[in-house]
Amino acid sequence: MASSDGATTPVDHKRPRGLGSFVRSQMRNIAPFLTLIFLSAFFAISSPSFATLDNLGNILTQVSVTGVIAVGLTFVILCAEIDLSIASIANVTGIAVAFFTLQDSYVNIANLPMPGWAAILMALALCALLGLVNALGLTMIGIPSFIMTLAMMQIAAGVSALLVRGQIAYKIPPLITTLGSGSIGGIPWIVIVAAVMLLGGHLVLTYTRFGRYVYMVGGNREAAEFSGLNVKLILGSVMVISAVCSGIGGMLGVAHFGSAQQNEFDTYLLDSIAAVVVGGTSLFGGRGGIGNTIVGLFVLGVLNNGLDHVNIDSFLKILIRGVILLAALIINVYAQRLRERTAD
Amino acid sequence: MSQGRSPILELNQITKAFGGVEALRGVDFALHAGEIHGLVGENGAGKSTLMKIIAGVHPEFSGRFMLDGKETRFRSTRDAHAAGIGMVHQELSVAPDLTVAENVFLGNQPTNRLGLVQWRRMAREAREQLSRFGIDVDPMTRLGDLPIGLQQLIEIARVLFSGARIIILDEPTSALSPPEVERLFATLRKLREEGTSIVFISHFIEDILRVSDTVTVFRNGRKVAETAAADTTKIALIEAMIGRGGEALEHSYTEDRMLQPSSDASVVLKADQLSLGRNLQDVSFEARAGEVLGIYGFMGCGQLELSRILFGKLKPDGGTLAVDGSAKRFRSTADARRAGVALVPESRRAMLFHQEPVYKNISISILDRISTLLLKPAREREIAMRQVEQLQIRPPVVGLDLGMLSGGNQQKVALAKWLTYPPRLLVLCEPTRGMDVGAKNDVINIVRDLRAKGLAIIVLSTEPETVLSLADRILVLKRGAVVREFVGEAVSKDRLLEAA
Repeated sequence: MASSDGATTPVDHKRPRGLGSFVRSQMRNIAPFLTLIFLSAFFAISSPSFATLDNLGNILTQVSVTGVIAVGLTFVILCAEIDLSIASIANVTGIAVAFFTLQDSYVNIANLPMPGWAAILMALALCALLGLVNALGLTMIGIPSFIMTLAMMQIAAGVSALLVRGQIAYKIPPLITTLGSGSIGGIPWIVIVAAVMLLGGHLVLTYTRFGRYVYMVGGNREAAEFSGLNVKLILGSVMVISAVCSGIGGMLGVAHFGSAQQNEFDTYLLDSIAAVVVGGTSLFGGRGGIGNTIVGLFVLGVLNNGLDHVNIDSFLKILIRGVILLAALIINVYAQRLRERTAD
Repeated sequence: MSQGRSPILELNQITKAFGGVEALRGVDFALHAGEIHGLVGENGAGKSTLMKIIAGVHPEFSGRFMLDGKETRFRSTRDAHAAGIGMVHQELSVAPDLTVAENVFLGNQPTNRLGLVQWRRMAREAREQLSRFGIDVDPMTRLGDLPIGLQQLIEIARVLFSGARIIILDEPTSALSPPEVERLFATLRKLREEGTSIVFISHFIEDILRVSDTVTVFRNGRKVAETAAADTTKIALIEAMIGRGGEALEHSYTEDRMLQPSSDASVVLKADQLSLGRNLQDVSFEARAGEVLGIYGFMGCGQLELSRILFGKLKPDGGTLAVDGSAKRFRSTADARRAGVALVPESRRAMLFHQEPVYKNISISILDRISTLLLKPAREREIAMRQVEQLQIRPPVVGLDLGMLSGGNQQKVALAKWLTYPPRLLVLCEPTRGMDVGAKNDVINIVRDLRAKGLAIIVLSTEPETVLSLADRILVLKRGAVVREFVGEAVSKDRLLEAA
């Protein structure tokens, strides 16, 4: 997949400067990559079962759903906004696609069965609608995205609860089952879907006019407005993109887990934010990209998977993840400062 | 009136530099008890710097500082406050999210024995103080919900009634309406009778002459005149401020400049009765093709708001805009750009992307003209290179991060982004502020070229030199209203200052 371009972002350019200042300005791209190499080497030495082709497949499968959600979140964070509703929207979309599919008689849900393609379209429409509500709250009413999406997190959880009413649904459209849990030529479809979406996100951010606008709005929102860009339209669009990516991740996740129920995506909120930020995309906007997100996904994937291969208190794992995330945040903020100093 | 007694505040040979640039050079200043002392001078003449030294904002300076005949040094604004010195700064410094009463008592709320704030007492006393000043508001209103002028009055009231014996007011009247100015002056006179000393800085020379006992004039960091207000005139003060017959550089601007007679070229922009709260009242004008319209006024006269309305960033409360004869209602800056309006704001930071290369800064406003979906970086660089060559931007490397260019070259980039597909109307705010002479001349030449190509151009500035060197026709804006139009006649810096 597109991991080989992980250390470069679309905004880099050769500058006539010394190596020292090059390293300083590229700190946000170099540091996550070094972290990935260090973690991989550490687990490879500690456990013979880690560095195997089988296990690489495991890691790829484990990060796929996070990867799909993180594509949209990368757009949002590049604009210096945040989306806390991603996991809830993933959950409600996964539940919705099951809700519109005929369930076995023992599942006690008053649902609305329809053909598979229609169920998928309904689910996509639902997540796009929730994303649109986020977008309108942010741009038209002016609610900060942190609060707006916090409310949406609760709203989406509420819709989930009403749809399944404490039950568990198992049947979903066959296309989703294949993409979420099938494989082709030994490669899981879910990995392919994640790779395609990451590549798509990368192409949009790097080669389209919209992608440039995302970087410029994130880099200096006031200047973007004074340049005659429709900043509200761009911010609204990234909120919808984020919700739709979350929805796709949610449908795939339901197929991957084999069931649709309340609260099954809760860990994906932190994981997706961590993947984007650990990868080096700036929380202040305008710097980073899908390449960074891919490195961040691997850092998280290697860490989660590797800790299972070494003998470690499973309760300690949670703490270790927290500490790694804090370290990444420190590097993120520090890299921004270094870069600003170099640019002056 | 109080010359016989010894001054309560006396400064000798004050010098203050900011990073090698001397803002004050050997200034003497004395303030007597029960005196209103007016300070005048152009932007950057040193008035505000001197007052900030007195108020403890700038603790580092050289020279002697005597308070009540004793040598004193303030290390902070706290020290100055404790010594009975209060200052109202030019920039509003209130807490908009607190109530009116909390703002009036900021830092010394009345408390009971338990240390809890006595809200009822605070509200009552705030109401009493403000009504002495003719302000009738509910003291429990959030301050930010009040109009700016009223917020400014409340900030002034806070300092006036804080019990300070020396009060410094820096440009206090710019956002006030005439009756509010009257109330302020009545209060200042009353305080003077009670023995308070007041320093009053203003661009409005009539105001200074009406209320002051003594007037001091600053120019280029020096005190150039001190006289009793009764013995001087507005003209004399303006001449002292700009140094008529003085330095050679100033010379050209004090001579009369003949303006163009009114043009009959097509009207590109028609603004009719624009109003915005207290910032603008019924402002109407026309901008014609191939003409530079200068709009001059002091800081806070409503220029900034006007430029934002023209570019769709602010919505006017009333009035209409028409571009090329068709009425426009801009909902966003993107609407204004599509209608052919371009704006270069006064701050480069607000206009440019410092961490992005020059070519992306130049292409950002025209991307929709050169690409529909996919970017065309080679074309962007080519367009940028053409602009870099035409405007002589240095260094001529379009891949360089913008932040590595000098201020003057950055200003040229800010212009360049609008020039590949020239707009119908170009609005420039403070186009030459803070630039060296060479860069200034470059910008002036660029603007003249654009005018020759038939653009309608509006230049808004608080610097008379900028307006005089560029404009064919000049409007003077004062407290949000057009007070004078210069067209087809001779105009000079002192006439502009006199009108404003």
